[in-house]
Amino acid sequence: MLCRYDCGSPEHQITRRSLLAGLAGGAMGTFGISRFAVPAVAEELKSAQKRVLIIFLAGGSSQLETWDPKPNTDTGGPFRAIPTSVPGVHISELLPYSAKQMHRMAIVRGINTAEDDHGQGAYIMETGRRPDNVTRFPALGSVMSKFVGPADSPLPGYIHIQPGGAGYNKQDSAFLGPKFASVSLGDGNPPPNVVRPESLTESADRMRNMLRQRANERFAARRRTAETEAYSYSYEQALQLMERREVFDVSKESPQDLERYGTHDFGRHCLLARRLLENGVTCVKVTHSNYDTHWENFDFHIEQLGEFDRPFASLIGDLADRGLLDSTLVVVMAEFGRTPRINAGLGRDHWSRAWSVALAGCGIQHGAVVGKTNPNGTQVTDREVHGGHLFHTYFRALGLDSKQKYHVGGQPVPVADQTVGPIEELLA
Amino acid sequence: MSSTQMPQMLSTNFTIDPAQTRLAAEFKHSRPLFSCRFDPTGRFVFAGAQDNLVQRWDLATGQRTELAGHDSWVRGLAFLPGGGCLYSGDYAGRLACWPYAVESPQPMRTHEAHQGWLRSISVCPDGQLIATAGNDNMVRLWSTADGKLVRELAGHNCHVYNAAFDPTGRHLVSADLKGVVKHWDVATSTLVRTLDAAVLWKYDNSFRADIGGIRGMSFSADGRWLACAGITDVTNAFAGVGKPVIVVFDWLTGRAKPPLRPQQDFQGASWGVVYHPTGVVIGVGGGGGGGAMWFWRPDEPQSFFTFKLPAVARDLDLHPDGKRVAVAQFDGVLRVYDISPKPAA
Repeated sequence: MLCRYDCGSPEHQITRRSLLAGLAGGAMGTFGISRFAVPAVAEELKSAQKRVLIIFLAGGSSQLETWDPKPNTDTGGPFRAIPTSVPGVHISELLPYSAKQMHRMAIVRGINTAEDDHGQGAYIMETGRRPDNVTRFPALGSVMSKFVGPADSPLPGYIHIQPGGAGYNKQDSAFLGPKFASVSLGDGNPPPNVVRPESLTESADRMRNMLRQRANERFAARRRTAETEAYSYSYEQALQLMERREVFDVSKESPQDLERYGTHDFGRHCLLARRLLENGVTCVKVTHSNYDTHWENFDFHIEQLGEFDRPFASLIGDLADRGLLDSTLVVVMAEFGRTPRINAGLGRDHWSRAWSVALAGCGIQHGAVVGKTNPNGTQVTDREVHGGHLFHTYFRALGLDSKQKYHVGGQPVPVADQTVGPIEELLA
Repeated sequence: MSSTQMPQMLSTNFTIDPAQTRLAAEFKHSRPLFSCRFDPTGRFVFAGAQDNLVQRWDLATGQRTELAGHDSWVRGLAFLPGGGCLYSGDYAGRLACWPYAVESPQPMRTHEAHQGWLRSISVCPDGQLIATAGNDNMVRLWSTADGKLVRELAGHNCHVYNAAFDPTGRHLVSADLKGVVKHWDVATSTLVRTLDAAVLWKYDNSFRADIGGIRGMSFSADGRWLACAGITDVTNAFAGVGKPVIVVFDWLTGRAKPPLRPQQDFQGASWGVVYHPTGVVIGVGGGGGGGAMWFWRPDEPQSFFTFKLPAVARDLDLHPDGKRVAVAQFDGVLRVYDISPKPAA
């Protein structure tokens, strides 16, 4: 018999708001995952926590205006290519700050994901699998939260900073269970309800928690289940999170950093990402919106990349300066790229057959450029890869075995698409 | 018009009949066209395209000559009064000056005039100054005598799409992405007033980006009216779902007249506008519905005639004879249309 968690009391209504609901779900996952007989976690990772930073350029950024410029061709658009800190490697002039960080980065220019739908393209890039109707695979952030995240972190393992609303995204973790799902910070704001309501005194709150703990213990003595344990754990984690709420407060950063990252949302979100990574969050995803430029692609890329470039480059530089880049895998991805053909509205449409991803940090060969497209960018001509190759590469870059398996319902399920392997040239 | 100048008319018979608009000539290029301008003598028509070249066609013979010297697409084209010199500006920020009528023109002078796109060039009617506008939010005045920078006009807080001298040359207007139109006194470089064309701009909260911009600008021949072209009623910025519109200001009062709209429903943007000496406003544009050229009478907010174009139009210019209009189109063809009444049979 399962507990009915919500008694309907005002107290419960306070504590069961969105974040806590997420944390409760997360805690349930802690125990739920035991059903899957988790494969061996890489012991060597425990000594130095590894992290993942995903920058997701929502809508599909143009590879021609970012990492694979083709100036003065029929598809190239009006922008020039500029040299980077890696001799011989050029990127779009829209990324002057990123160009100075190229010696810490790598580019994959031969991506062909063969999927031009936003949702499915995102799924491929985030899970390394093509969508099917049988199994939903967990997203990269959830996977790495599970494999390299510390077990006792008071903070969620996977935090998604995004424009718009906050929430808890259990679909991200799929069969890994809700503990590894992402918690979204809408518009970069802290999770709701991390501050004790003014109407509740500290002593009353303490008394209330003691009462809850005693009731839990009494109940658990008779009917201890994974679900009741998860329920109790969620409260403990929430309390720890409330004590560390300043982790989410970007205003604590220096005025110089706030200026360097920019006052716009993406700048603030990148600074928050740095703060979260420094405080031990395993995976942070920052979504920058929006690049779905079917019309006036060039004007919009000036505007969007004008926001992206400096804070992104600042983040890479800061992670390096603070000694975190070597243990943080950075991936700049989107659902797909954009058509080399420029349409009548000066836009570019969806294009998954030849596009690029940028990486940096942990396990990545600095300055590497892997893959090549033809002169006007319509086809991959060398080292064609897809989301599966990238997923293997992420595992390997973080020091994990990409051939290991989950055990879902007693069945072995490879962590990555076993028909392909990592991009070895990209690995340090 | 991306590069605004007052038409220097060769004719005094300006009778037109837009309903009889007909194709007079076609000039083909391999890339989509981006801008166009007749030279003041009426012998040539020039076009910028989605490449780094300027095309020159001799209207009488159709002979094509390529002008090479830019690093990006050329949107700004303007001439010194009386001819002799063409100014062109590209999306790398480069301004070039050409002896345009010689057999193989080479740039006489180039300047890195703007950081980022140079979007517009306008020549003062006395030929002493040119104004350029660009994505560094600046308007700059240059001496045509020695090519030197004369003054910088700062004040826009976003990309400046257009600049235009009024017919007296004493006033300059500049207009930006957000529909802010600034009126400058040329002699003192001071801001006189700001006009509001914000109807031509929107911040799309879904896509978190700005859409808009005054894509074309033209004074009437008597300097009484200023027309600004663009897009309005945007419902989806990244698909360009909106309506073409022309905002006309009374230059004396600064008040806007009711906006000029196509009579038939049309989705897209207006990319260019020019005042005909008769007072008729001619606009071009395109979008989901293809390309079109619209004609408005001076005091009627709805167009009285629409001429469907084979492809989206990015720019237009009026020939000095007042009878022909050049239109730069996405299919790489510069088409010249005759808008005069057909001769009696």
